[in-house]
Amino acid sequence: MSADETVAASLTETATGSTAAPAVIPAGAIEGRSPWQLAWFILRKDRAAMISLGFIVFIALVAITAPLLAHWIGYGPTDQDRTNGITVDGLPVAPNSQHLFGTDNLGRDILVRTIYGTQVSLLVGVASTLLAVAMGVLVGLAAGYFGSVVDSVLSRAMDVVLSFPFLLFAIALVSIYGSGLGISVFVIAFFTWAAVGRIVRGQTLSIREKDYIEAARSLGAGDMRIMFVDVLPNVLAPVIVYTTLLIPIAIVFESTLSFLGLGVVPPTPTWGNMLSDSLDFYQVAWWFPLFPGLALLLTTLAFNLLGDGVRDALDPRAGRLSQD
Amino acid sequence: MSVNVNESTNRPTNDASEMLVEIRDAVKYFPIKQGVVVKREIGRVHAVEGVSLSVRRGETLGLVGETGCGKSTLARCVTRLHSLTSGQILFEGQDITDLSRSRVRPYRRRMQMIFQDPYGSLNPRRRVGSIIGDPFAIHGEGDRDERKPKVQELMELVGLNPEHYNRFPAEFSGGQRQRIGVARALALKPSLIVADEPVSALDVSIQAQIINLLDDLQQEFGLTYLFISHDLSVVRHVSDRIAVMYLGQVVELADSEELHNRPRHPYTNALLSAASVADPDQAAARQRIVLTGDVPSPVAPPTGCRFHPRCPKAQAICVQEQPPLVARAGDPDTHLTACHFPVEPGEDLTRVTATIPEEERAE
Amino acid sequence: MLRFLLRRLLSGVLVLWLISVFTFGLFFVAPGDVPRLICGRLCTQTQINLITKQLGLDQPILTQYWHFLDRLFHGDLGYSYYNSESVNTLIGQALPVTISLAIGAAVLWLVGGVSIGVISAVKPRSLLDRAGTILALIGLSMPSFLIGILLLYFLFFLLTTHGMDWFPPSGYVPITSDPVEWAHHLVMPWCALAFITAATYIRLTRNQMLEVLGEDYIRTARSKGISRRRVTIRHALRAALTPVVTQFGIDLATLLGGAIVTEQIFGLPGLGRLAVTSVVRQDQPVVIATVLLAAVFIVLANIVVDLLYAVLDPRVRLT
Repeated sequence: MSADETVAASLTETATGSTAAPAVIPAGAIEGRSPWQLAWFILRKDRAAMISLGFIVFIALVAITAPLLAHWIGYGPTDQDRTNGITVDGLPVAPNSQHLFGTDNLGRDILVRTIYGTQVSLLVGVASTLLAVAMGVLVGLAAGYFGSVVDSVLSRAMDVVLSFPFLLFAIALVSIYGSGLGISVFVIAFFTWAAVGRIVRGQTLSIREKDYIEAARSLGAGDMRIMFVDVLPNVLAPVIVYTTLLIPIAIVFESTLSFLGLGVVPPTPTWGNMLSDSLDFYQVAWWFPLFPGLALLLTTLAFNLLGDGVRDALDPRAGRLSQD
Repeated sequence: MSVNVNESTNRPTNDASEMLVEIRDAVKYFPIKQGVVVKREIGRVHAVEGVSLSVRRGETLGLVGETGCGKSTLARCVTRLHSLTSGQILFEGQDITDLSRSRVRPYRRRMQMIFQDPYGSLNPRRRVGSIIGDPFAIHGEGDRDERKPKVQELMELVGLNPEHYNRFPAEFSGGQRQRIGVARALALKPSLIVADEPVSALDVSIQAQIINLLDDLQQEFGLTYLFISHDLSVVRHVSDRIAVMYLGQVVELADSEELHNRPRHPYTNALLSAASVADPDQAAARQRIVLTGDVPSPVAPPTGCRFHPRCPKAQAICVQEQPPLVARAGDPDTHLTACHFPVEPGEDLTRVTATIPEEERAE
Repeated sequence: MLRFLLRRLLSGVLVLWLISVFTFGLFFVAPGDVPRLICGRLCTQTQINLITKQLGLDQPILTQYWHFLDRLFHGDLGYSYYNSESVNTLIGQALPVTISLAIGAAVLWLVGGVSIGVISAVKPRSLLDRAGTILALIGLSMPSFLIGILLLYFLFFLLTTHGMDWFPPSGYVPITSDPVEWAHHLVMPWCALAFITAATYIRLTRNQMLEVLGEDYIRTARSKGISRRRVTIRHALRAALTPVVTQFGIDLATLLGGAIVTEQIFGLPGLGRLAVTSVVRQDQPVVIATVLLAAVFIVLANIVVDLLYAVLDPRVRLT
């Protein structure tokens, strides 16, 4: 109570024109720090997360500048180097000065192909995650906020999606409608949105009961305004955490589809189809699976590390646990 | 406090419109549902049952009762956060009971609420300026830049530093947060403010500040308050008239001083004896009336007078017949009591015992 | 309790029905021409018409769906479009493979994951804890085919080239014909599956244990003089394991529906492989059967997990 009193006392001071700022707040800090800014301050101190973020920025740059890099290296992603890129027995060539990462069974440069694989992985990973999150947030908000019949129907829909043997079904979808970038994004989003939806629904259910929602309603705010202005910012923290953790899942999903021959159509290089091609050659060409595999693993690792950092920063309770 | 500074402008002369809010026979049940596939109703919470009250323009009507007596539900029915099961709510003479959400919107400008929990009633993810400016945004008054000076003016009015416009609720103390809530309620210059336990969650020293603030604002803007609290001493301080509620019904209604000096309902007597008294000598001397038993379940309220299972004066008729809320013998017209055997001045309730048979009481 | 079970079963049936409708509808609107696929390029129109009639594909979708449901209720999943083999038989052959794979891997990841998680939690920030955390992170980030390739390279290829022919790269031997060979052939797939799944369990157990160990009742137990080991095992672990059980149920059920990638890499003729080959051949009856079977496992696991939850955690009440 004494703290409250001092604050209140200093408040009356400021209100009556005195220049003395309340003791608890550093002078000059009139601009309040938003919970997001505070989270960013915590995240910035997390070395693993910052290194991961740096790596993610790096591979994003690599993806964007892939054509430039390929031009600079001297091989296109589907160029077959028949003179230096393949042995007389028709086997891949080990890393050397001309092909830093070696070549594959068709004499294509693995470095350039790995660089191009970044494009597909990031594009599919990010696009499908954003799609899934958008859909999950909308459905979760509606189900949690409106309740009753809307909730029953939407929750059941989420149950159904979550009960799908999703990889199997993804394969079925792709085999019927043909493979490609677009269908990969759609299929991955289709099977991941429900998890986001459940989280958002649960959070919305508890936020809905808060006094400030009732306050907004008593002011005459409509359902849409309450959902997006009052509820959404309060359910965003777990959504952001989940988004960073969903991206590596989507990337793995995409590479699995590619690996099974159901992703982006060859000869477009993806890490998944490179690894799939390497299955017959790993015994004679260790570099063939190594570089795309390493790129894939490091990327998902970076996103997972960043996701952990974001979660610790947004949820002080989780942070306390890991620092115990 | 009942004296209105702007009396000439704010208090119309004719009787009908002197009533800002009229509650007529309000009933609110909450259904309890259960079921596997089809939900069926297995019971009802009788939150408000047959309440008639009116709030005059410019006055403060206090609404007192224990937790769960239906006072907050009644307040939310008045502001149309809940719709009534039956009965009528008149606001400025207009029946707003069954208006659709869009039709009720214009009325929301003119009645605002202040909530109990200064932590729960402010969105933690939004800046204070945006929270206080919410009423403007919702009712489409001005863009962000136009709203800012208005909001800062309001902040100054309620004793907040306008420079804290961009801060978050978490950076304020409980008392300051309640000031934010008051500023938000004041934004659209409403005629009625429903204050639902506005100071219950605050420290005693801060309570006085907020109450004084509400008092000043009432004088300045000619506001009408419906002031809800479980604390009779707080309500007595701010109210012109007080209504005492028990299990969804009004059991006594009188002018503030009259109620304190001559409480007629045994329940009011019990509440008064439990209220805090500033003078320690007086506090030691007084007799506390300790009620026996718990508040009965509002799902199955007692028959007759709802207070009879706990009333020290209860007799057989109290079990059978519900006493009407009327002026009792010797009381002024404005003092209404719903009791078959009102407490006489000087009567010592700690000495009387009920005379209804145990088996009937147990029911 | 009974009411809860009834409700969950009802909603489970509803979910399964929706999935069957969805799968059925998906194939019906699919652009693929199944009779032509079966018959090959040199088929005459008469032959195609004959096949269409035989498979009942000339009938309206509702009739087809009705026949499917009717057979399903008599325990008959229909016949493969390709070799006319009964789907029941196909699944009967594949299921033991998948069960062998899933159960063995489950034992490995449960024991491995939970014990690493407990060790991490008991000595937080120790070297062991960091190693466990890093292991979990790698496992979480690792695609299942990547670990498969790694195992093939190190455990099969490197060892074999050095004359140590310890692990066969593929194939399945039924447990009934030779239990030793059965396990021998499954060691690599078990390890691959267990490694990526154990990651979740390391994290879950560690976080739960840390939370529980911070609770007041654990301090009370310690202050009563109960040994640290006993408190950890008897009091904390029991409370911490509830969410682990939930996760385990779902994971096991998902795997029982077919470990598609692992079965593919290690050449195991399980449900996942059956599903993939049928999908590629658009062998609709087999696909629907495998999808439904996988969904049944998941739905059942959800119910069992909820029941177990109530048994393990007395605070949970089923309503």
